[in-house]
Amino acid sequence: MKQPSEIKSPNILSVKKVLVISLMLCCIVIIASAFKQKINSPGIAIAVNIANDDSATSAQAFLQVYSVLMSPRCMNCHPAGNRPLQGDDNHIHTMNVQRGKDGKGLYALKCSNCHQAENTAGLHTPPGNPKWQLPPADMKMVFQGKSAHDLALQIMDYNRNGHKNKEQLLEHARDTLVKAGWNMGGDRTPPPLAYDDFVKAWDTWINNGGYAPPAK
Amino acid sequence: MITLNVNNKNYEVDVDPNMPLLWAIRDVIGLTGTKYGCGVAQCGACTVHLDSEAVRSCVTRVSRAEGQKITTIEGLSENNDHPLQIAWNELSVPQCGYCHSGQLMSAAVLLRENPNPTDEDIDDAMAGNICRCGTYLRIRKAIHLAANMQKNGNTKG
Ligand code: FES
Ligand code: FES
Repeated sequence: MKQPSEIKSPNILSVKKVLVISLMLCCIVIIASAFKQKINSPGIAIAVNIANDDSATSAQAFLQVYSVLMSPRCMNCHPAGNRPLQGDDNHIHTMNVQRGKDGKGLYALKCSNCHQAENTAGLHTPPGNPKWQLPPADMKMVFQGKSAHDLALQIMDYNRNGHKNKEQLLEHARDTLVKAGWNMGGDRTPPPLAYDDFVKAWDTWINNGGYAPPAK
Repeated sequence: MITLNVNNKNYEVDVDPNMPLLWAIRDVIGLTGTKYGCGVAQCGACTVHLDSEAVRSCVTRVSRAEGQKITTIEGLSENNDHPLQIAWNELSVPQCGYCHSGQLMSAAVLLRENPNPTDEDIDDAMAGNICRCGTYLRIRKAIHLAANMQKNGNTKG
């Protein structure tokens, strides 16, 4: 058995090396975080890869995303009040339809009582999707009336975006209900970007840091 | 062949699965209490219960109803004695009557989920059922009356 004295004492040179390297790493981390300057509100829980951080590209991409989110096909189900909107002019849904606690309507006016799993053929018939609903009452995710700045902050905020992390946010653009916005049937105007371009802009926005365009 | 369970009875129907449920109920099965108003989910005349929810049968395909419990106005109660039916009768709610199968089927969902509805709750539940004759005020009264009957455990007004 080796005695303590026999154990080779650590080499003084390598201790110095380790110290220098740690110090350098520390500096790099401090400098990187200083440049990172997250615009998100406290409580943000979305880790973004620093290497991809590009605030200008990101904010620019969000402006494209924003043009889609403000289109009636998206905004009509993200109203400021508790009633969904309808039509290209965002009028309040006829029949006094309410959000309800779970976002799926109330009593005899639940979304799926009229909105089927697929679009119903014909003019002014209900568009459909198996997931048809509004955001729930405790997480309204309002689009209506939001500036690009505010909406970007809201979507990147875990506590206001339906508790979505970065991966789930990226996934959300591929959600079948989101995608249905481009296939609502009837004479409904589709969003201003093609679906694939929207997904590209969405990914670019988030993968480059999820930055908000400046507040006006 | 598609099996539809309507008012606790199975019917074998030989129809296109995309046929509106309303067509199957009225024209194939022959239960004509459910009415056709607009055909595009705008009026509520065609409301039936699909697994207890008040769906509009004019836009609901037969394929969606397969394997579910369908209830029409004919099956709302055993002897036409649902508190709503009694209240409707008592207050002579209908005028022409065309919309009232749908009105009753919608009101039944409201009373099941909210046994003591306020005027606002009634608006939230019933605003999708249009009445060309304008019987809305009597509908509201009758729903309150039925709620009271339900609460007091009797079926008399
Ligand atoms: S006939 Fe179905 S809602 Fe009018
Ligand atoms: S009583 Fe005539 S439409 Fe309602």
